[in-house]
Order: sequence, then structure tokens, then C-alpha cells
Amino acid sequence: MDIQTWTWLLVVSTFSLYIGIAIWSRASSTGEFYVAGKGVHPIANGLATAADWMSAASFISMAGIISFSGYDGSVYLMGWTGGYVLLALLLAPYLRKFGKFTVPDFIGDRYYSDKARIVAVFCALIVSFTYVAGQMQGVGIVFSRFLEVDITTGVIIGMVIVLFYAVLGGMKGITYTQVAQYCVLIFAFMVPAIFISMQMTGIPIPQLGFGSAGADGIYLLDKLDGLHSALGFHEYTSGSKSKVDVFFITAALMVGTAGLPHVIVRFFTVKKVSDARKSAGWALLFIAILYTTAPAIAIFARINLIETVSNRSYSDMPDWFNKWETTGLITFNDKNNDGIIQYVADKETNELQVNRDIMVLANPEIAKLPNWVIALVAAGGLAAALSTAAGLLLVISSSVSHDIIKKIINPQISDKGELLAARLSAVVGVCIAGYFGIHPPGFVAAVVALAFGLAAASFFPAIVLGIFYKRMNKEGAIAGMVVGIVLMLFYMVKFKFGIFDGGKNAVDSLKPDWWFGISPEGFGTVAMFVNFAVAIIVSNFTSPPPKEVQDLVDNIRIPYGAGNATH
Amino acid sequence: MEKDIQQKYWKENLKYLAILLFIWFLVSFGFGILLVEQLNTIKIGGFKLGFWFAQQGSIYVFVILIFVYIKLMNSLDSKYEVND
Repeated sequence: MDIQTWTWLLVVSTFSLYIGIAIWSRASSTGEFYVAGKGVHPIANGLATAADWMSAASFISMAGIISFSGYDGSVYLMGWTGGYVLLALLLAPYLRKFGKFTVPDFIGDRYYSDKARIVAVFCALIVSFTYVAGQMQGVGIVFSRFLEVDITTGVIIGMVIVLFYAVLGGMKGITYTQVAQYCVLIFAFMVPAIFISMQMTGIPIPQLGFGSAGADGIYLLDKLDGLHSALGFHEYTSGSKSKVDVFFITAALMVGTAGLPHVIVRFFTVKKVSDARKSAGWALLFIAILYTTAPAIAIFARINLIETVSNRSYSDMPDWFNKWETTGLITFNDKNNDGIIQYVADKETNELQVNRDIMVLANPEIAKLPNWVIALVAAGGLAAALSTAAGLLLVISSSVSHDIIKKIINPQISDKGELLAARLSAVVGVCIAGYFGIHPPGFVAAVVALAFGLAAASFFPAIVLGIFYKRMNKEGAIAGMVVGIVLMLFYMVKFKFGIFDGGKNAVDSLKPDWWFGISPEGFGTVAMFVNFAVAIIVSNFTSPPPKEVQDLVDNIRIPYGAGNATH
Repeated sequence: MEKDIQQKYWKENLKYLAILLFIWFLVSFGFGILLVEQLNTIKIGGFKLGFWFAQQGSIYVFVILIFVYIKLMNSLDSKYEVND
């Protein structure tokens, strides 16, 4: 069978599976819609969290980013896994004990203030919308590249599927489809990696393979460092970012991960506090399988790419090269007209541009793997994008129906009415996300990376202080969140968009002005510390929180008596 | 529940957190970033040690840390009889 047939077969069968699960797990109450009735098994929740967390970016782009940046790519590997330690130790068990439905619920109740709740809703919506647009775009890209439908059709197919199971099943439907999606995506990620590791090193475990030697007896990493310096790139295992920046970016990604509402809310779905801890452990284990494989793929793909193209004649390029050239992901410009590909670090003489997504999407073709493996990557990419999109949509719909309508506008609304509102806002959310997926605003890619900074600068300190610092009051928390997020937004527009200095073109020339040499991606860490400092100072100059709030804090610190979710 | 039992439970919990978060910091920010050049002079197989911590080792330790935490907290919960 050819690649196309295989791809259709796998995509149609996985999509039918998701729809089947959705019909089987319909939600009949708000409790089921928001938190799956709080009855999810910790291992199932771990699987669902892993799929929820690993987005189109993790699946399609991350290995490629590492492949092109070498050691610098470690910020994503450590940042996007280390955050789970913070989540497990500092947030998940206590938020589960608190026992409500959403993150703004916690902020609003702990800081006894609808103002705080609104600030939290606002932050949750910004973070989730920027993120979800990227997922829908990912769906469109996979469809257009593997199935030759145009991006718009691809996004619409994706929208219909997500709509179906997110609107019908809410958190309950999402949870069980995410379990299935994890299995699909991890299989799709691992199979090519294992094949390639076998090919290049004879070792079937990629995590060990990339530290071993190839057929010529040279360690892969040494070989790659050598290739890199011969072509003028920085040494693969050393990187080019400053140490300070690597430190701050890693910290911002870790803290941001722990502060993302669609991840936090998954821990509300288990039965007990101890189950919340357990599911964090399982989630990280399942995530680690992909995250420890990605750097191996990065290295295999990098060596394969350089050896296939560098100083080879253009007319001898294999089929995949021409195929990806037509999609514009590879461009070759024969500057010196010698018919040979010069792939070097120097921008003046370099003749080849390679999009980073190719490292995963085309990797099986580059390694000449069977057609069904190539098709598997498409199904995996779709599973990763759809599972994350669904989780984000749930945060968006619950923010509107629960935090705004039920808690602020109309507290008398019936459970049925609230459920209907939740479904309607999910529909609206899907449509907006789809629109941005089809017409991606130029800033989406930049903002997704900064969503972590925003989450780090706003939610994380407010939640941690809410649990670990009983004296924290609403004045302190609100001041901290507002100052943190404003500072982060200011730094972002100044150094990422160059708004005060003449726009996008000025961005590179502003680098020497970075505060303490920290890039906008790493600045979330600074904004987080400022948030902590402002919150603590302000709260010490204002009156302590009321007695019942202090009792609430005592209560969430103890696992005993974690009942079902209440309104 | 009595106040002082609650406080003792919380104090032990904080002690565990401090130890585990110290290790968390050490393997990622310590070995993977701050000390990476020094550790890169040591090689295990084809891996430079600092690079290995940054792209592999720290992640394995993170997973182990959470499972150790689960075990510690489960026994702490039973010791103070605050399990749910």
C-alpha cells in the first residue's frame, strides 16, 4: 500500500475510535462536564494528562528545535518536565483537596474576592486561546502535508472532531479520548525512533542509542560535533545561549508548566488527594518516554540530514527532498551555481533552508522506513494536537460558564442551564480557535512561547502563596498578579515586538539592552519573583485574611476529608 | 483534628519538600546548567556527563523524585492518620 492509503486508513480508524469513546462517555451533569465526576483512576489520569500536555509542538516541533540548537534545546527538555515536580509537590494535592472545578475558583475563594477571580479568568483565557490556535494550526498542517487537502479543510475536519467529543462528553469524554490519544501518539513517536536507532547504532533503545557509536565506531555525538565545526555551526553539545539566559528560560518554562490551567485542572478529576499525587507521577513518567526520546531523534535526524545533503549534488537528492521542497519546508538556492548543496552556518554562502518540523515529519522517509511507519506519524501528530486542543477548550468553556456566568453574573442558574452554557461556550471556543488556526496571526508562535512566562508571572505565585503562606490576603495577591503580568507584558512588547523602538525590525538591535542579559522567553522568571515580592510586601501592610479563609488554608493542607466536588 | 498534630504533619511535609526540591534544583539547574562545563570533561560512553544531565538524567531524576514523594507522603498520612 502507498503512503496516502496507509495515512487515510490510520487517520480514519483513530478518529472513529475517538468518536466511539465520546458516545460511550457522555456527560450528564456539570460535575461530569468539568471534572469527569471526580472518578478518574490515577493511571488513566496520568495518561490523559500526558496527552493533554504534549501538544502539536511537543510532537512535531520539539525534536526539530533541539536538532538545530543542540545543547540550547535542553531548556525545553528540563523546563517542560521539571514543572511536573513543582506541580506534584506544591500544587496538585492541595488543589484537589480544595475540591472545586477551576483554577479561578481557587483564586476567587482563597482571596475572597470576585476581582481576583476576574483577573484569574482573564489570565486563563489569554493563555488558553493563544495555545489552542497553535493546535488547530497543527491539525491543518498535518492534514495538508500528508493527505494533500488544503489547510482550511484540515482545520475544519479537526474542529468537527474536537467539537463532537468535547461538547458531548466534556471532561469525561476528553479524559478517555486523551487516554486513547496518548497510546496513538506515543506509538507513533517511538516506532520510527526505535527503527532509526537500530539502523544507526544497532541498539533498539533510542535513549541509549544516541550515546553509542555508529557502524564506523565513532560515537554519534563526537561525530556530530565534528560535522558541526566543519560546517561552521556551534558545537552541538555546547550551545550558543548565555548561561544566565538558559537558567532563566528553563525556570520560566518549569514554573509556567506548573501554572497552566489546562494541566492543573486535570488533577481535579481524581477521587482522592493521594490519587492527585499519584497521577502527577504517572503523568511525568508517560511524558518522560517522549521527552527522553526526542533528543535522540534530534541527533539521529541531524546526522542523517547532514550526511544526505551536505556537499552532494542537487540532482542526486532522494524523493523526499523534492517532495518536501514542493511544500516549501526545504528550500535550496544554488548561490554559486555549482549544482552542489552547500549547507553551512555562514548566512552568505549557505544554500539550504530546512524547516525544523521536518525533523519529525520527514524523519521516517529520510531513514527509508516502511510506508506504514510514515503514515503513523500523521496519526500521532493529529492525536497530539487534538488532545491538547480539547483540554484547552474545556478551560475556556468552564471559565465562561462556571467562573463568569455561574459565579458572577447569575448564581441562580440551574445545573442544566449551566451545562448548556458550558456546551455553548465550547462551541464558540472551537469556532474562534478554528478561525485563528486558518488565519494564524503572525504573533501566535511568539506568544505561545511566552504563554509560559505569563502563567509563571501570574498564577503560580498566587496559588503557591495561597497554600503555603496563610497570611497572604487579597490585596497582596491581586497586586502581585497585576504587577507580575503587566511587567511580563511590558517586557514582551518591548523586546519581542519592539513596539517602543520601531517595530519588529528593531528587535535584534535591542538584544544588548536586555535586563541582566535575559531574553523575553526567560523573563517570566523575573516577573514571577517580582510577583512574589510585591504580594508579600503588600499583604504585610494590609489586614490579614478573615478567619474562615485561614481555616480553609488549614483544611487544604490535610488530605483527610476530600469529598466530592461542590459548587 | 487537633491543631498541634496538624502543625507537626505540616512541618514534616515541608521538610520533605525542601529535600526533594533541593535535589530537583541540583540535577537540573546545578548539573545541567551551572556546572555543565565541568561535568562535560567526564565522559560516560558517548555522553558528556553535563550534556547527559541536561537532556536525559535530570528527567529520570524528576520521575524518581515524584514517586519517592508519593511514598513518603503516603506513610506520613498514615502516621498522622490524615489519609483520605
